[in-house]
Amino acid sequence: MADTHSVIGTKNKKGQTYTDTWKMMNEAPRTPSFFTGSEVIKEAIRRASCDVMIAYPITPQSEAAALIGELFAEGYIGDYFRGESEFAVMSQCAGASFGGARVFTTTAGPGTMRAMENFPMWAGARLPIQMIVTCRGINSPLSIQPDTLEIAYLLNTGMLVWHAETAQDFFDWILKGYIVSEEPDVHLPLALCCDGFFVTHTKDVVNLTPADMCLPPYDPYRSPVPCMDMECPPVRMMRDPFVMKSNYISYATHASWQQEIWAAVERSRKHTIHWLNGLVDTENTDADIVIVASGTAVSQGREAIRMLEDEGVRCGLVKVKALRPWPEEEIREATKNAKHIFVPEFNVTGWLAKEIRATVPNHQRVHAGPHVCGGMTMPPEIIVSEIKTTLGMKTFSLAGRGS
Amino acid sequence: MSKERIQISEALYDIMPSDYQDLVKSATYGKEDRGWKDIGTSKELIEQHSLCAGCPESMAFRYILASLPNPEDTVMVGSTGCTSLVFPMVAVHNIHSLFGNQNAIASGLKRALSVRFPGRVKDVVVLAGDGATVDIGLDMTLQAWFRQEKFTTICFDNELYANTGGQESGLMQKGFVAKMAPVGKLFDKVRLPEIARESGCHYVVNCTVSKPSLVEKVIRNAVHVAREIGPTYLQLYTPCILEIGKNSMEGLQEMRDSEKPTERFAYKEYISEPAKQLLAELAAKDKERKAAAKQLAGQASA
Repeated sequence: MADTHSVIGTKNKKGQTYTDTWKMMNEAPRTPSFFTGSEVIKEAIRRASCDVMIAYPITPQSEAAALIGELFAEGYIGDYFRGESEFAVMSQCAGASFGGARVFTTTAGPGTMRAMENFPMWAGARLPIQMIVTCRGINSPLSIQPDTLEIAYLLNTGMLVWHAETAQDFFDWILKGYIVSEEPDVHLPLALCCDGFFVTHTKDVVNLTPADMCLPPYDPYRSPVPCMDMECPPVRMMRDPFVMKSNYISYATHASWQQEIWAAVERSRKHTIHWLNGLVDTENTDADIVIVASGTAVSQGREAIRMLEDEGVRCGLVKVKALRPWPEEEIREATKNAKHIFVPEFNVTGWLAKEIRATVPNHQRVHAGPHVCGGMTMPPEIIVSEIKTTLGMKTFSLAGRGS
Repeated sequence: MSKERIQISEALYDIMPSDYQDLVKSATYGKEDRGWKDIGTSKELIEQHSLCAGCPESMAFRYILASLPNPEDTVMVGSTGCTSLVFPMVAVHNIHSLFGNQNAIASGLKRALSVRFPGRVKDVVVLAGDGATVDIGLDMTLQAWFRQEKFTTICFDNELYANTGGQESGLMQKGFVAKMAPVGKLFDKVRLPEIARESGCHYVVNCTVSKPSLVEKVIRNAVHVAREIGPTYLQLYTPCILEIGKNSMEGLQEMRDSEKPTERFAYKEYISEPAKQLLAELAAKDKERKAAAKQLAGQASA
């Protein structure tokens, strides 16, 4: 059985050195590079020692998925192919993961929805697959624009769900994500989400780790469930199939396994805090007003805070990095002084505000908004306006509202 | 390998389940000419199952598991249905994940095993019912063949959805009255063997499981061709005696009746040119091995 520690310092076939992940991420020199989010995904995967990547075109993740193909052609990935649909691709990812491979895939919007049946299965089968979700609209009529509604559907699958704000988050979290996902006491899939286009298609300066360093390879024998490779053959997996026995033992088995999946999500908390330096980032949480957001809504919130400061209104910020595990204690602590909590979101239902309302005491403090959706941008002015209106301050008129 | 991977620590031997002890003592992992004749004289790779009494599917399972040429390095992929009640009893790694995605799972699995074990044989065999193969999973069945994925697809064709209680399926005969086909099925049995050939399968057989020797032959051929050349497909009639109104002891006769030359399960096969060549080579090697063994036996007795 492979011991990941023993390969540290040795080279892979591309001449990259398997490097201790903490050193690679926190101590190795970084090179500033000007890349699109899609290119950043490619650069992270170049360093991720992936065995299998399976691709399918859907805007806005197609470019990233195709760029990983270039990595395969260059020899950085064991195997790569285009599947026939997202449902099939996520099953192909499952097959590869059952077989002991480190697996990567990307999807978006309707693709996430089409593949949905696979995600609780991934979690239940303890497959530490990493899936990038470049969120886009899932409504009808057809939309390809940025919209984060699909994240709401991922929150109860048993997957780990992280929401990146910037391309830099993306680069670091792809690599760190594998380490958290593959911990034996976690061993769950990770949906690493970002807001499509805003992150994937814009260029940003990203500090990259050295290209000649890569993650230690995945060791499937650290899994809490058997790797399906017949290297350690089974006798039989169980005496009675649990699938459709209507008896207490069957129910108890399913119930305890579901509880175990969510216990594993909980156990990921300590690893996530360690690698992401906390499940949330906070600024000025002693202020009366706190903005809580995830994804690019954080950037817009930050800009709104700067604008409000110019007018003498002090605002705090909570950037929610991990949605599963959910930073319940952190959000309570960070909002304990707040009289008003604003939750700007890029979706119509305000799923993040609902989560926060269920988390904090005196939930009438939570203002679910502003919301934009369907590809609308969120100018910081509308966050400022929402806050000022709530505070009874005079604010500018928004065009078309007739106010 | 033979059985070294399943040896039991001496300290734990007496507390291990007897079926595990039996596997270590007398299963046929690693036996070169393993086949259906081992049934009854060695430990089978299937334990007691929960299928209906007399279900032809249970016969098919036993023959197939006895005939896999390389069970010690074979991973099977199943789907939802009656087969998923049996797989937990099988001493070969097997995956159940969802309904209908078996050929997608197998595609990812085969590729992962090829990446992780270069130069070693790791066979992948899909075994699913007709609903999984032809209806809900047809897309993934065909696409795996188009891509020339190197694994075997076995369809247990019982011409209906058995596990959910006998509903119409694509492989059901036209006119058959069933649940969800209240006035009889309105379209023909889907011709998947022909579709398999056109989709790039290199070895396709349509037959029943009435003859264990025939099942052994087609399983060995299908696995060898898939390992070396490309996708293979076996469609095996395993009638659901319950849903077609037969008794426990009538399954075998039902299969015999359905495999007559004019019937829908008359033996049909398609073998591509490269597969023909491979099978001829394997047959020649087999003949050579048997002749050598015979000669050796002759010398020993002389």
